[in-house]
Amino acid sequence: MEIRSERHEACLRLYLAGEMTIYSAAELKPALLDAMGQSEEIEIDLAGVGEMDTSGVQLLMLLKREAAAAGKTLRLAGHSPAVLEVFELLGLGNWFGDPQLLPAGLGAAWEATP
Amino acid sequence: MSLDLGDALHTFFAESRGLLQDMEEALLRLETAPDDAEAVNAVFRAAHTIKGAAGLFGLDAVVAFTHKAENVLEQVRNNALPLTEELIGLFLACRDHIERLVDLTSAQGEMDDDVRTQGEALGSRLSLCMGDADVPLPVEAASPVVSAGGGRTAGEAWHLSLRFGQDVLKNGMDPLSFIRYLATLGEIRHLATLADALPAAAGMDPECCYLGFEISLKSEADKARIESVFEFVRDDCQLRILAPGSRVADFLELIAALPEDRTRLGELLVASGALTQRELDESLAIQECESARQEPVQPLGEILVEHQMVQPELVGAALSKQKDARQRQSQEARFVRVHADKLDSLINLVGELVIAGAGVGLMAARHQDGAMAESVSGMARLVEDIRDGAMRLRMVEIGDTFNRFRRVVRDVSKEIGKDIELLIGGADTELDKTVVDKIGDPLTHLVRNAMDHGIESAQVRLARGKPAQGSVRLDAYHDAGGIVIEVTDDGGGLNRDRILAKARERGLIQDGDSLADREVWNLIFEPGFSTAEQVSNLSGRGVGMDVVRRNIEALRGSVEIESQPGVGSTFRIRLPLTLAIIDGFLMGVADGHYVVPLDTVLECVELEAGRDERDFLNLRGEVLPLLRLRQHLALQGRPLRRQNVVVVRCAGRKAGLVVDELKGEFQAVIKPLGQVFSRVRGISGSTILGSGQVALVLDVPALLDEAATDQAAALQA
Repeated sequence: MEIRSERHEACLRLYLAGEMTIYSAAELKPALLDAMGQSEEIEIDLAGVGEMDTSGVQLLMLLKREAAAAGKTLRLAGHSPAVLEVFELLGLGNWFGDPQLLPAGLGAAWEATP
Repeated sequence: MSLDLGDALHTFFAESRGLLQDMEEALLRLETAPDDAEAVNAVFRAAHTIKGAAGLFGLDAVVAFTHKAENVLEQVRNNALPLTEELIGLFLACRDHIERLVDLTSAQGEMDDDVRTQGEALGSRLSLCMGDADVPLPVEAASPVVSAGGGRTAGEAWHLSLRFGQDVLKNGMDPLSFIRYLATLGEIRHLATLADALPAAAGMDPECCYLGFEISLKSEADKARIESVFEFVRDDCQLRILAPGSRVADFLELIAALPEDRTRLGELLVASGALTQRELDESLAIQECESARQEPVQPLGEILVEHQMVQPELVGAALSKQKDARQRQSQEARFVRVHADKLDSLINLVGELVIAGAGVGLMAARHQDGAMAESVSGMARLVEDIRDGAMRLRMVEIGDTFNRFRRVVRDVSKEIGKDIELLIGGADTELDKTVVDKIGDPLTHLVRNAMDHGIESAQVRLARGKPAQGSVRLDAYHDAGGIVIEVTDDGGGLNRDRILAKARERGLIQDGDSLADREVWNLIFEPGFSTAEQVSNLSGRGVGMDVVRRNIEALRGSVEIESQPGVGSTFRIRLPLTLAIIDGFLMGVADGHYVVPLDTVLECVELEAGRDERDFLNLRGEVLPLLRLRQHLALQGRPLRRQNVVVVRCAGRKAGLVVDELKGEFQAVIKPLGQVFSRVRGISGSTILGSGQVALVLDVPALLDEAATDQAAALQA
């Protein structure tokens, strides 16, 4: 798992690349929490996430919740197909509330979700 | 990789090999029945367990490769990827690679380039499969809930409450894959993910699972089928399933039983279409009142039946299934892994005990003390029981060894392009572990030979009026104190003329020799003998059959052949049941003591005086050839006036051994003879008598063979 960070004015943008799975979870959690401590506004770019399992989703959910509790803004962006698949399976699109760019096939179905 | 080869790791190796074996069996089963969901599960389970366990030990190479294979397997399990024959072949190759990796680790070897390229090749083939399967997910998008005018009513769907245990991820299982698999059973109408159990950031272990799921599933499957989805995590997961159309009260029960906030769950259920808002409000109100009365909680099963949600039979079935699972677990717990060395040393000790016991018996007899003789005989009986018990510890069923040949037969028939099935009989026949271990190689050779040389090509078979599919049969059964293993094929049989021609060419026989079938067949066991016109890479190089015979003889066994042209051949291996302690029959010749296995002894008769010169005996109208041990072993001294005949039988032949004295039954602890005596035929070992004297154990089949050759030579002379 690689994390690259860029700062755009107030916003800290993190680019994740690799697997968000149980194998990387232990390393990812402190890294992401640490990054969150550095900025009021964070955007996590998931375009490079090739694989995601429960631990990965869970970590994102934790970050989102922590950010909300601390009054910070956390956005997810550039969802990769692997991430979209998991979000769709678990009905988490609305939970995170970030705009998702959907591939053509999935888009239609997504709008029907309550 | 630095490893601390602890006990746990050894267990891992042993278990992995067992799992790989299961995996292979399941894959082979899938080859004939690709729809066998249970077999797919078995393969998946095996790969999964190995990956999980390898992960615990940090065997990264094993984990990484198995993970790839498991991904493809998961696709198969979710019906996203059809299980073709090619795919099964690939999985078999993967299984072999995993085995190689495990073996390498256990030998603490380094991965060489060969293994690495092989792994990479397999890996890329696996990824290719995944690429093909990159179809849209089987999960259909959730449909609008509680549609106002639609035909669907809320009661149509199953409702599942899932709370995974914290350790599922660490145990190598991903809740997501279970949900994906669930989606293959029907349509997931609604799924809500609950993160309520997620602790604060500081206390959250990223490798624990804190998520829960409320799922509404529309499916034709029954409850047991849905439950079986979560079979792998049953111990690690709280699962509640409500049938379609469950009553509001049941949902309330569910809400009460779940850890999350009650109102929130209620809302969730409304959202998923299980309940309407009105039903929920009313019921919650009623429950508020009732809870004040504090009724004792009924077991779930009772509640379900009482509310007529589930028929009593269903609960009964579920309970008995649980009981089965528990029984299976307790049965597994009844096995103890013991190091083979410990067993061997136990058997050795029992052997010494038998000898010491015989010594005590002898002393008691010498002192003519009645009371002592009685307690000694009591002890002797116990020693005998201990001996039998100890020997039985080493007995294993031959079925496992036989089953390994399914793979051999599959691979070889692919390789040589013949359609051959393997039939197995007598798989529950037990024999000594050491024998089982050593019989594998000779059997492999015989099976390969039967497939390569024995079974004809499909065209020839059809022309001969046989089914196109050939068959090789492995059989085992007990016979006269030994075990018989047969390898039978329904092929063309041995070619007598060709064997004879080859034997003449090699100078093994003379032109004028006339040989019985049996003798002709035995020629193929001569070193360097092969009649195959074409040498394949399987067999036909002429090495092997002599090695087969030598291996079998090293186990004090023998091999014989039966063959009929056009019908097939049978290779029959006879082995002693055990290698260590036998019930023997003790005889005296000249000053020496000799033992034959008791199972080979039929009866004893007195040899009438004055008939010394003849080499046969009329035994109730039957001609019985005699073997005079004194002459045969070239012993000194004059024969006693009265001699006895011990009638022995082996492999269907009978003969009489002429001895001086009959000394009765005797438990013989067989000690191998030293290397010096390895060329002595007719004697298979030695044993120690109670008096400390040494007795020789006679190898009856070899003696009979030798007697027969001697006789033939005498006749020719």
